[in-house]
Amino acid sequence: MDTARLIRVAECEWRLPQQGAMRVPGVIFADLPLLRAMDDKVSEQLANVASLPGIVQAAYAMPDAHWGYGFPIGGVAAFDPEQGGVVSAGGVGFDIACGVRTLLTGLRRSDLEPVKARLADVLAARIPAGVGSTGSLRLDASAMDAMLAGGARWAVAQGYGLPEDLARTEEGGCVAGADPAQVSPAAKRRQRDEMGTLGSGNHYLEVQHVAEVCDARIAAAYGLAVGDVVISLHCGSRGLGHQIGTEFLREMAIGAGAAGIVLPDRELACAPIRSAVGKRYLGAMRAAINCALANRQILTHVARAAVREVLPGARVALLYDVSHNTCKVEQHVVDGALRHLHVHRKGATRAFGPGHPELPVAFRALGQPVLIGGSMGTASYVLAGTRNGRDGAFRSACHGAGRAMSRNEAARRWHGRSVIDELAARGVEIRSPSSRGVAEEAPGAYKDVVAVVDVAERAGLACKVARLEPLVCVKG
Amino acid sequence: MAWEHFAHGADIGVRGIGRSRAEAFGEAAVALTAVLVDPRSVVAQSELPIRCSAPDDEMLLVDWLNAVVYAMATRHMLFCRYEVRLEDHALAASAWGEALDRARHRPAVEVKGATCTELAVRERSDGSWVAQCVVDV
Repeated sequence: MDTARLIRVAECEWRLPQQGAMRVPGVIFADLPLLRAMDDKVSEQLANVASLPGIVQAAYAMPDAHWGYGFPIGGVAAFDPEQGGVVSAGGVGFDIACGVRTLLTGLRRSDLEPVKARLADVLAARIPAGVGSTGSLRLDASAMDAMLAGGARWAVAQGYGLPEDLARTEEGGCVAGADPAQVSPAAKRRQRDEMGTLGSGNHYLEVQHVAEVCDARIAAAYGLAVGDVVISLHCGSRGLGHQIGTEFLREMAIGAGAAGIVLPDRELACAPIRSAVGKRYLGAMRAAINCALANRQILTHVARAAVREVLPGARVALLYDVSHNTCKVEQHVVDGALRHLHVHRKGATRAFGPGHPELPVAFRALGQPVLIGGSMGTASYVLAGTRNGRDGAFRSACHGAGRAMSRNEAARRWHGRSVIDELAARGVEIRSPSSRGVAEEAPGAYKDVVAVVDVAERAGLACKVARLEPLVCVKG
Repeated sequence: MAWEHFAHGADIGVRGIGRSRAEAFGEAAVALTAVLVDPRSVVAQSELPIRCSAPDDEMLLVDWLNAVVYAMATRHMLFCRYEVRLEDHALAASAWGEALDRARHRPAVEVKGATCTELAVRERSDGSWVAQCVVDV
């Protein structure tokens, strides 16, 4: 990225001054190497976001920001309905409520190693993954609506998982305000075969070990110690969310002019929060959040059974579940006043600190777990929201490493079989139905997640708690 | 007629090139198929009609590709050949393909949707047409 237009205001914070149509400045959290490695599109897209009606304070880019659709991926922006603020289908994206869920297992790495390959086989056989995979659950129309209204709570009531899982899920497993009636028949049809499926691309289920503890107090309270085995899932709202994103993006892009909104990029498709289409989108988008929460809950249930089949002594419990493509109504203090804002996070994670009233009791004294995904051979991280966390970024942090190169370039550089063999030599069992899919997701195709989380900590967005390294990865 | 992919940071751009707007749309859909599988591995066994319309050429391309994405996702099919007919901003097409066979086709990645990023439908100076956008995977 060309840094000429940016002003460095702190070691890891750069300001894009307000100019042209921008209503607020842009802020990028990065050190110089990360900033230089970012695409110029990030600052261009940040400036576009900053021009949208009703935006509050600034448009933010997290340390893993990269070129996205309208919003940069790793983008955060809040809008005030009292000031004509908008909700943006482009700002949430296609994979609504894509997120990460991490499970504790009560196992040690030494328990797992003798049966690692078998566990990989059983997980790959049980977890529907990849293009065209289908779940075993088929929902009729009323059950579909109940799932969309109830999220993970619905899933637990159907026998998928444990009631205590819900306290360890954002929103208690069910976001309020979901309106299944605003979800089109096409979106519901697209979901028909996809409940309880992982998807493809960068979605995965990983068995990991805690390789390093960075904050002993918080790690102990989260239940993490060096050598422990955990499981992390990365997936979202599947076809239903994709279809909702597709339909509302089109409707908002076409209708923006009539709503008096000048879109610098059609992909920033948005509508006033208080407009009819804005309200319909919020109802549908929240239903998609619940779909993602139900989906990860069902996958948790399947993974639990698979782990117990191989390791009967395992006690699989949820650490936390966070979504990173959402728009949520939150209270934030801006210029000394408490305001109710619609906070968009596109490839960014909530990072609520200690004492936040929306946190589960278990985390209220600690701050929430912020789950940062990796890619097969690379590390994942557990961070924690901090008391001094950047309220300026509406208490948000990064969500992953972000890609360093395109899929085509990755497929040219690597072959899936050699990636699998190389990772096996390093002790990581990969299971995937697609060799090309593995090549496109090769660890080398991603940025250095260590640099990203280091900057997130130095910028005060969240603090490092533990580093996780993969042992088994089931890819779609 | 030709198709190609172009680079996007996180995803893939699909580009169709043809002697007409309709051919470019058809080739863009072949490029879409190629995100998942080698189109040459798909047999043209059955035909699916697809229709859509939009306020302008560019949104029509997004609608067309999203209609193909939807057909692939809900019918569990892959398509290798497309015959597109355009009248202003209304599209009627036939898509030929077969049921997805995961063992044989070994698809790489599913497409979530076509986007307005790098979206363009234009006639080039040599009279050929280009239709392109980035698809989210």
